[in-house]
Amino acid sequence: MLESLLFIIMGLIVITCAIGVVFQKNPIYSAVFLIQTMVSLAVLYILLHAQFVAAVQVMVYAGAVMVLFVFVIMLLNVQRADQELGKDRLIFQKVSAIFLGLLLFAVIGIVTVRSVLQGTKGEYTPEHMNEIGNTQLVGKLLFTDYVFPFEIASILLFAAIIGAIILAKKELKE
Amino acid sequence: MEITVPPFDIKSIAPIILVTITGIVVLITDVFLKKLPKETLGYFSFLAVLITGVIISSQLGTTVYSFSNTFVVDDFSIFFNFIFLISTAIVILMSVTYLRQEGINYGEYYTLILFATVGMMLMAGGADLITIFLGLEIMSISLYVLAGFRRDRLDSNEASLKYFLLGAFSTCFLLYGIALLYGATGTTNINEIGTFITNNHAYSNPMIIMGTCLLIIGFGFKTASVPFHKWAPDVYQGAPTSVTAFMSAGPKAAAFAVFLRVFLVSLPGLETKWSVILWVMSVLTMTVGNVVAITQTNIKRMLAYSSIAHAGYVLMAIVTASSLGTASILFYLLVYVFMNLGAFAVIMVLGKKGKENLQIDDYSGLGYKHPVLAITMSIFMFSLAGIPPFAGFMGKFYIFSSAIKSGYIVLAIIGVINSVISVYYYLRVTVVMYMKQPVREFAPLSLSPFIILALIITIWGTIHLGIFPSRIIEFAQESVLLP
Repeated sequence: MLESLLFIIMGLIVITCAIGVVFQKNPIYSAVFLIQTMVSLAVLYILLHAQFVAAVQVMVYAGAVMVLFVFVIMLLNVQRADQELGKDRLIFQKVSAIFLGLLLFAVIGIVTVRSVLQGTKGEYTPEHMNEIGNTQLVGKLLFTDYVFPFEIASILLFAAIIGAIILAKKELKE
Repeated sequence: MEITVPPFDIKSIAPIILVTITGIVVLITDVFLKKLPKETLGYFSFLAVLITGVIISSQLGTTVYSFSNTFVVDDFSIFFNFIFLISTAIVILMSVTYLRQEGINYGEYYTLILFATVGMMLMAGGADLITIFLGLEIMSISLYVLAGFRRDRLDSNEASLKYFLLGAFSTCFLLYGIALLYGATGTTNINEIGTFITNNHAYSNPMIIMGTCLLIIGFGFKTASVPFHKWAPDVYQGAPTSVTAFMSAGPKAAAFAVFLRVFLVSLPGLETKWSVILWVMSVLTMTVGNVVAITQTNIKRMLAYSSIAHAGYVLMAIVTASSLGTASILFYLLVYVFMNLGAFAVIMVLGKKGKENLQIDDYSGLGYKHPVLAITMSIFMFSLAGIPPFAGFMGKFYIFSSAIKSGYIVLAIIGVINSVISVYYYLRVTVVMYMKQPVREFAPLSLSPFIILALIITIWGTIHLGIFPSRIIEFAQESVLLP
């Protein structure tokens, strides 16, 4: 009971802040709203008994990534969105996006109301997880069953680093 | 807590390790041996790709699941690995001179091409949605950077940014689809998802249907299928020509490999549902691609729309969900690598630094000035249009016949009509080359032994597969996933 109450409250906060990110004209305000979204998401993870993911969410997203965001915004000195951007030049796009979005919501709503959505329970139930410990379990899975995806993630990061350096490096030859 | 290390098989990922290490070695050599001509790095990468091909051919005929069923080596993935390695090898041959000419001769280029190849190989061999996703991201990130490789050119920056933003957006759809499938079935392993759906008769579980739709969006973007194709023309036009050639061959094949594996292994139970969506997408993709290609004046843009149209033909064969359809896709994608890379190689031969001659009118009178090159270009255009005796005809023939055998007659008819439309814009290039007076002075061609070798390989592939397709067809039929 308490859990679902907390879920509803946090869910509302997440959605409100996410809307705030989109509608703020000042980029710094948007960034602050984004931090709030990330932190509220971490609370949702805790409600799902995923404490490790929640901690990582706060450290990586709300911490490191957002600090970078704010730094970049300040370094580039992004001003309030220009008046020109504020104008609705894509009215048709806006109308169709709202219409299709509402349609999607309606379809999802009808489906959710009419059928019982049930996921499959895995072998790691909350009780089982609390027994072993969340972090140990994630670590164990990463180094046994998912060792291959874990290792190839390093290639992904390496490719991203090389790409960032190539695209951002200052001097151009010839 | 007890930890048991699951069995793993290093041999099955040997090709991936080799290509990755080559990429890293190229990068390090580039840093430490500054005086080394960059071409050497190209030859080195080419050699490594050839050796990888030899290793892969030694894996033929085996089916090995390793790393707790997250990776698989079977004939299906091996066939695709051959397609990737052939396209990578040809692209490396084409790039060597082009990079110097465009002033973007950096060693990182080869590293990124090799990493993209690693990503493709992971996609073809991924037996778990997580592996597939990571492979797709490795490939995509390398391509985003490669598209923006000409940093001093605005159109290249535009291509890179557009591809990156839209690609990241489409990845979200894919990931959400994977999450929904995981939530519904409790596993990300593609075989286990398939068994779950059959055992629980979960054919109309809304979560699985929604997940399937989102996967179609994600894969549809990577294959540039209508209505997720809008990025393709701008990116193909803005990216360096060698990268455009690369993007149209290997990554597209990789996306189709994943499409086939996920839909035929995990989701065959929902075939009645997704085949309708893919039917519509296939018709749209063929028609939009071919009709819009008619009005294009830039040859790279025209080839972008043509590549969209070709994705439509391949989707047609996925709709049939038969082993014949899968075999025809494998054959078609191989053929497409040869004929499309060949066409791009000719474009690169005609280009000069600062003046790339990308308008179709720039080709007028080429038949009198450079007859051999004009004949070469005509061969590729005829093959792309599907005119016998070239390979494109055999590829289309197998795809259409698989559609007819599975009872999709209307789809096959629409395909043939589209094929006829496409003849118009492919032949226009030939007509311009032979029947118009030159509008410009022809500068000397940018020829080098390597691009000539690339042209010879592609011509050989286009003609050989058109006249003697039976061996490759047999190989493709042995490599299909379905029994």
